[in-house]
Amino acid sequence: MSELEVRSTVTVEAAARPLPRVGTVLAGLFVVFLAVAVIWPGLIAPYGPDAIAPRDAFQPPSAAHWFGTDESGRDIYSRVIWGTATSLLIGVTATAIGLSLGLLLGAIGGLGGRALDFAVGRVNEVLFAFPGLLLALLVIVLYGPGPVTATIAVGLSTAPGYARIIQGELRGIRSSGFVEAARVLGHSPSRIIRRHILPNALAPIAVLATLGVGQAIVWASALSYLGLGAQPPAPEWGAMLSAGRTYITTAWWMTVFPGLMIVLTTIATTVLGRAITSRRGGVR
Amino acid sequence: MTDVAAPRDPVLDVRGLEVSFGTGRVRRAVVQGLDLRIAAGQCVAIVGESGSGKSVTARSLLGLAGADAAVRADRLDVGGTGMLRAGEREWRRLRGVGVGLVLQDALVSLDPLRTIGREIGDALRLHRRMPAAAARARVLELLELVGMPDPAGAIDRRSGELSGGMRQRALIASAIALDPPLLIADEPTTALDVGVQARVLALLAEARDRGTGILLISHDLAVVSALADRIIVLDDGLVVEEGPTTEVITSPRHPTTRALVAAVPTEVPRGHPLTLVDRSNALVSRPVTASAPREIVLEGRALTKTFTTRGTPTLAVDDVSFSLERGRTLGLVGESGSGKTTVARLMLAIAAPDSGEVLLGGSAWSSLPERERRPLRPRIGAIYQDALGSFDPRWTVERILRDALGPAATGTEVVDLLEQVRLAPDAAARHPLTLSGGQRQRVSIARALAEAPEILVCDEPVSALDTTVQARVLDLLDELQRERGLSLLFISHDLGVVRHMSDTVAVMRHGRIVEHGDAESVFTDPQHEYTRSLIADAPRLRSLG
Repeated sequence: MSELEVRSTVTVEAAARPLPRVGTVLAGLFVVFLAVAVIWPGLIAPYGPDAIAPRDAFQPPSAAHWFGTDESGRDIYSRVIWGTATSLLIGVTATAIGLSLGLLLGAIGGLGGRALDFAVGRVNEVLFAFPGLLLALLVIVLYGPGPVTATIAVGLSTAPGYARIIQGELRGIRSSGFVEAARVLGHSPSRIIRRHILPNALAPIAVLATLGVGQAIVWASALSYLGLGAQPPAPEWGAMLSAGRTYITTAWWMTVFPGLMIVLTTIATTVLGRAITSRRGGVR
Repeated sequence: MTDVAAPRDPVLDVRGLEVSFGTGRVRRAVVQGLDLRIAAGQCVAIVGESGSGKSVTARSLLGLAGADAAVRADRLDVGGTGMLRAGEREWRRLRGVGVGLVLQDALVSLDPLRTIGREIGDALRLHRRMPAAAARARVLELLELVGMPDPAGAIDRRSGELSGGMRQRALIASAIALDPPLLIADEPTTALDVGVQARVLALLAEARDRGTGILLISHDLAVVSALADRIIVLDDGLVVEEGPTTEVITSPRHPTTRALVAAVPTEVPRGHPLTLVDRSNALVSRPVTASAPREIVLEGRALTKTFTTRGTPTLAVDDVSFSLERGRTLGLVGESGSGKTTVARLMLAIAAPDSGEVLLGGSAWSSLPERERRPLRPRIGAIYQDALGSFDPRWTVERILRDALGPAATGTEVVDLLEQVRLAPDAAARHPLTLSGGQRQRVSIARALAEAPEILVCDEPVSALDTTVQARVLDLLDELQRERGLSLLFISHDLGVVRHMSDTVAVMRHGRIVEHGDAESVFTDPQHEYTRSLIADAPRLRSLG
C-alpha cells in the first residue's frame, strides 16, 4: 500500500532520466557499425567482396587480412562487411512479411466476432504445430531455393507467432476498462478502434519486431547454410558458413567469423529490443 | 504511556524506529521516531492515510522493508528477540515462528499453483520439522479454527479456487500456524465484503483473546475500533496522536485524527459533508421534497441476465426492477458476486438483458439498436472502481477530457472541468498513472461530466480509496448532484457509504433485490433478514455504535 506508492514514485522518477546500461550502449554501437556496412561497405571493407587472389588462399587472420582469407584468397572481413546488406535485408524483409501477415490474421481474429476469433485461433494452432523451419523448408521445396524464396519462407514461418500475439493483444484491449468507458461516452466503433485499440496494440508489437529481426537473420542464415538461401558466390553470412565448413579443420576462420557476425547481430538487436521494452514498461 | 494491562513481557518493543529510502542527498525518511509496545493479548492499531508510513513500519518489523530501505531503531525486539543487528538468516528464522503476517490481498499472498494445505503445512514442516501426515492433521485443525467451511475439501484446493473470504482465512491460518506471539495484520479486511470482514475481525479478536499480540494496520478507523486497545495515528511518517481507542475516537486532538473520525460515513446523515474543510457549509442539508412525485429518469423492468461459464449457467440478475428519480440517488448495495455490476452494465446498455427492459427517460433504451442508442449515450455517464483502468494508458488528463468533450473542445473547457472536480489546472498535463487514487477518480468524474449527463452510474467509485480520500470524493459527488441536479445510481458493497449517499436503497443478493425502499426506513427498520445481517456486520466507530 503506502510503501508501494513510495516505490512507484521512485520508479517514475527513475524512468524519466534513465542511464542506458553498458550492454545497451555496446549493442547500439554495433548496430551503427552494421548500418555503415549496409549503406557504404566500401568505407570499412579494404577489399571487394569477390576480389580473388589465389596466391593468398587460406591465409590465417593477420594485419593484412583481419579475418583471414578463403579458398580463393578472398578477404573474409571484406566479404562479411559486403554480406551485411544481404543478410540484414533478408532479416528485415522476412520480419516485415511475417509481421504484416500476422497483423492481418491477428486483426481479423482480434477485431472480428467470436466465430472469427475461433477460426483464426484454430488456423494458428495448426501452423504452430509445424516447427518454423519445417514450414520454411516446405515453401522452398515448392518454389525452389534462392534468397527471395528464403526470405518469404522465413517471413511466412514467423507469421503465426505474430498473429497470435496481436490477436491476444487486441482481444485484451477490446475488453479493457478504457474501451468500455469510450463506448459509454457514445463513441463509434471505428473511432474506438482508431484511437484506442490499434495504437495500444501496435506499440508492444513494434518492440517485438526488433526482437524478431535477429531471429529472422539466424533462420535465413540457416537456410543459406543448407544451400537453400543465398547461393555460394554471394557474400551472405549463412552461405559463407556453408562454404567454410569443408575446410573447418584447416581454416577455422572461414566459419568462425561469419558465425560471429550472426551471433553478434542477433545479440545486438535482441539487447536493443529488450532495452526498448523495459523502457516502455517503465513508462506505461 | 499509561499501560495498565501490560504486566507481561511485551511481544513487540520498538523504540525510535526510523525508516528511510534512497541514498545520499535524495534520502527520504518515511517513518520517524516511532515507539511501539505490544503486550501479549493486546491489539495496537496504526492508522493513517496511504503514504503515511503504516505498511513500511509493518514490513520493517519483519525485516522486509526492502534492499533500498534503511531501518534504524534504538530498540527492536520482535517476538521476544532483539533484531536490531539481525541478518537475513535471523529474520527468516523469526518469520512465522516469532511473528505472523496477514496481508491485504490473499490472492497474491498465496501461491496460485499450490494447494492451501501445502502452503500452510510448509511452515510446520520447515520450522517444526513435522512429518507430512502430522502437518496435514494440524492444517485441518487450523482451518477448522479459522472457520473455513468444509476444511477437508478446502485443504486440497488452490487459492484461485477459493472465494476472497476463504482465502483470507487460509492466510490467517498460515499466519497462526506456528502460534507466533505476535501477529501483524496489514489491511486484513480492506478488499472484503462486510460480512466476511466481520468474520475476519472476529477471528483476529479470538487470536488476541488466546494471548497473541496483534499489530493492526488500516486506513479505516471504524475497522480498527472494533479490535484495537490502543490506536497510533501516523501522518507522513510521524506519530501525531496515540492513546486508548475510546479516547482517540471520542476526543481526537490532532486534525489528522479528526479527519479520520469524520470520514467514517456510517453515522453521518445524508447531505452532510464528511470532510472538515468547510465547516460553514456543514449544515447545508438537502431540501426535503420527498412527498412530491418525481419524474423517473431511469427504470429497469423485470431484468434478467444469465452468464454461461464452461457450460454452467449462472443467473447473475434475476427479475430486478427499480426506478431512479430525477435529482435523487438510488443506492444499490450487496456483497461481491450479487450482480450489482451486471445491473450497472445493463443500465449503461453495455450488456443486453436476456429479458426485461431498461427505459431512459420513459422511452426505449436497452431495446434500441446500438446505432440509434449512440447519440443518446451522453445522457448517461459512468464512473468505475478502477479509474486508472478506464483511461487509455497513453493519454494525459487533458487528452482524456478533450476526447470526452468532443473535437471542438477548448483549453478553457478542460480547465473548467478540472475546476468542477476541484483539481488544479496543472493536472491537465499529467498522466493518470502519476496521480493519486482520489485524483484519478476525480478525473473520471470530470470525464463523465464532460458530456453533461442527467444520470451518473457509479460502480463502486470509492471502494479502492482510503476513508479520508473516500470522504472527499463522496462530498464532491454530493455537491455536484446538488449543483447539476444529477440523478445517481450508486453501487457499493459498503453499507455505510450507501447509507450516507442514498435517498432510496435496493439491497441485492444472489441477483435478486431482497429489499427496496426509502433509505432511512431500510436502515432503521430493515425487513429482510439479509439486510439486518448486513447492517449488523458493518463496522462502525465503537463509541458511537
